[in-house]
Amino acid sequence: MSEILGPLLPLLVGVPLFLGALGALFRRNKLARHIICLGTLTGLLAFSLLLVVETHDGTVIAHQVGLWEYGVSIPFVVDALSSLVLMIISILGIASVLFAMATHEARARFYHPFVLVLMAGVAGALMTGDLFNLFVFIEVMLLPSYGLLAMMGAKLGAHGARIYVSVNLLASTLLLVGVGLVYATAGTVNLAELHGAAAEDPAVAVAGGVVLTAIAIKAAVVPVHGWLTRTYALTSPAVTALFSGIHTKVAIYAIYRIYALLFDGDQRFLWVALLITSLTMLIGVLGAIGEKTTRSILVFHMISQIGYILIGVGLFTTLGLTAAIFYLLHHMIVKASLFLSTGAIEETYGTGEIDKLGGMLKREPLVAITFMVAALSLAGLPPFSGFVAKFSIIQATLEQSHYWVAAVAVVVSVFTLLSMLKIWTGVFMGSEPENLEKRALIHQQRTHGKRYLRVEAQAGAPTLTIGPPTTTTTRVLAGEQAVKVPAKLIVPGALLAVVTLFFGLGAELLLSLSATAAENLLNPIDYVRAVSGA
Amino acid sequence: MSIAIAIGVLTAAAVYLFMQRGMVRIVLGFVLASHAANLLLFSAGNVAYRGVPYIGSGEVGEQADPLPQAFVLTAIVIAFSITMFMVTLAITTTTDDDTENEEESPIMVLTGGTGDINDAGMMRHDIECTGAAGAGTGGAHASPLSPVHDFEGPELSPGLTDQQGGGTGDINDAGADPGIGKGGPR
Repeated sequence: MSEILGPLLPLLVGVPLFLGALGALFRRNKLARHIICLGTLTGLLAFSLLLVVETHDGTVIAHQVGLWEYGVSIPFVVDALSSLVLMIISILGIASVLFAMATHEARARFYHPFVLVLMAGVAGALMTGDLFNLFVFIEVMLLPSYGLLAMMGAKLGAHGARIYVSVNLLASTLLLVGVGLVYATAGTVNLAELHGAAAEDPAVAVAGGVVLTAIAIKAAVVPVHGWLTRTYALTSPAVTALFSGIHTKVAIYAIYRIYALLFDGDQRFLWVALLITSLTMLIGVLGAIGEKTTRSILVFHMISQIGYILIGVGLFTTLGLTAAIFYLLHHMIVKASLFLSTGAIEETYGTGEIDKLGGMLKREPLVAITFMVAALSLAGLPPFSGFVAKFSIIQATLEQSHYWVAAVAVVVSVFTLLSMLKIWTGVFMGSEPENLEKRALIHQQRTHGKRYLRVEAQAGAPTLTIGPPTTTTTRVLAGEQAVKVPAKLIVPGALLAVVTLFFGLGAELLLSLSATAAENLLNPIDYVRAVSGA
Repeated sequence: MSIAIAIGVLTAAAVYLFMQRGMVRIVLGFVLASHAANLLLFSAGNVAYRGVPYIGSGEVGEQADPLPQAFVLTAIVIAFSITMFMVTLAITTTTDDDTENEEESPIMVLTGGTGDINDAGMMRHDIECTGAAGAGTGGAHASPLSPVHDFEGPELSPGLTDQQGGGTGDINDAGADPGIGKGGPR
């Protein structure tokens, strides 16, 4: 089977790129673009499921692209970790494209090409076994995201876009420098050939440190996290959900891969990783306290969760890596679900500010349930996947007797629950503010006015009154709920919440998959053997 | 040695330019930084070897290493494309850029200092319409000059009438414009 799948790996990059370009040609035909985009993402999901099945026993599938010999070639390698991350990313892609279709962001002509090129870059970055190609694929991934961020962010002005682009370009330049230094010191950029190079040679370790620093900027690890909180909250919810699952997580994946291969899990540097992850957990969650909108709270939480995920690198034991990989998979789904469910409210009511919302539990019970499931899972309460993830992470830290890390993890978990409660009480409980309906109507009219007018003209019966202002006012005073979150906005977030539940109840399966991935990272000898063909 | 000095000088100049307020200077800083990175990458394959890098075309000890040169070519293309994006960003988004003096912004320089901010706004607006016809360019106030989120606050309480009035005019206009109605790009 792996002989068949290996040569097909380049398709994961090639097909989205090609179909993305094809989709851009459909100028007027929205439907064709939607079908191409969703079809490609579904295909990606199917292929990655196949890869998960194939790699679940620790098999590593490697293919030398262009059939060059080992040493000259650029390999594509898939093991349990990369296929699992690829699977989750395609699920996320589908959910956020569905959301974007519902908010009509996906009507923009270049939305689908951007998403598909992004996916091609992600697939490449996850599969490549070559440091320089990692840099190239990260750039392939970033370029469309600059477009998405600028295009979809109504609030994102010059200062938001410039922070995002400048920081990412700076990190990329640093990554390039690091790759150059690795090549200069080790004489190769092939990850399989680099296996253990940094553990033996301090010069390579310094070069690898530059690479890891650059990737840490992209992963928004604490001392260099500021860019993320200042840009993600400014673009549209669909794009935030997509990015939250993709950019930082691919960077985290790269940190795992590089530390496992280049440094061979060297124990000497692990205390640095533990210190940084603890700071990341703590500062991320503390940053959320002062925030006033749902999305910026969630963005700060993202940073704190990145700390949890990176504990796995800091421990580098079987249990630690298993727990961290499980956490990574769980987190990508849960975070996107939270962004989508609060985003549904934000898109409908025109604001994500906690002060200006309230009483959504009565008004939008479905959104409330979706949010609650994901929030409790994020905070780590029992039947959900977050509990398994956090429990096994803390267990792993205790096993290595890093008691202070475990303490930080528990405290941060409590803080996470507290700020989830802040969103819950502010947005879902309490009473509706008086002008909620008015504000929502004005927002709807602003953003969708033209569209609604068109729909009305076709239907012949106005649903949203646009005309003499008195009409609207009377409707509001009559207590009629003219504004509701449409079902199509709820579905993507709910879909992801169901996946979380499934992860929680079927944790055994996912944990065993994570354990295989952890085993692959701990003993990269299979990886090296698969790539070198020996 | 000279390459090391060049890398150092370029990096220093780049860092100096990053610290400036204007977007164009930051872009120039990134140009210099990418040159520095490219030189470093280039020197990673020993620059003392300058022979033709093909097997059989020269002494092994003289042949240049082709790999860093390939790296540099790729990196140049990537840096160039992002530079173009940043220059576009510098010109199209000027109105809410809080890090820059009005007089020094690229649009002021390009329009000869007349400060015709409406031109800038129109340009941005066009671009947004092309890109995201559906997303954020609906009503009268969704133009980038007054982003959607700005309407909160005191505007609201007396505002519904005004808002409705403004909305009506805009929507009628839009109704006459089938291009936007269909949701396609212009």
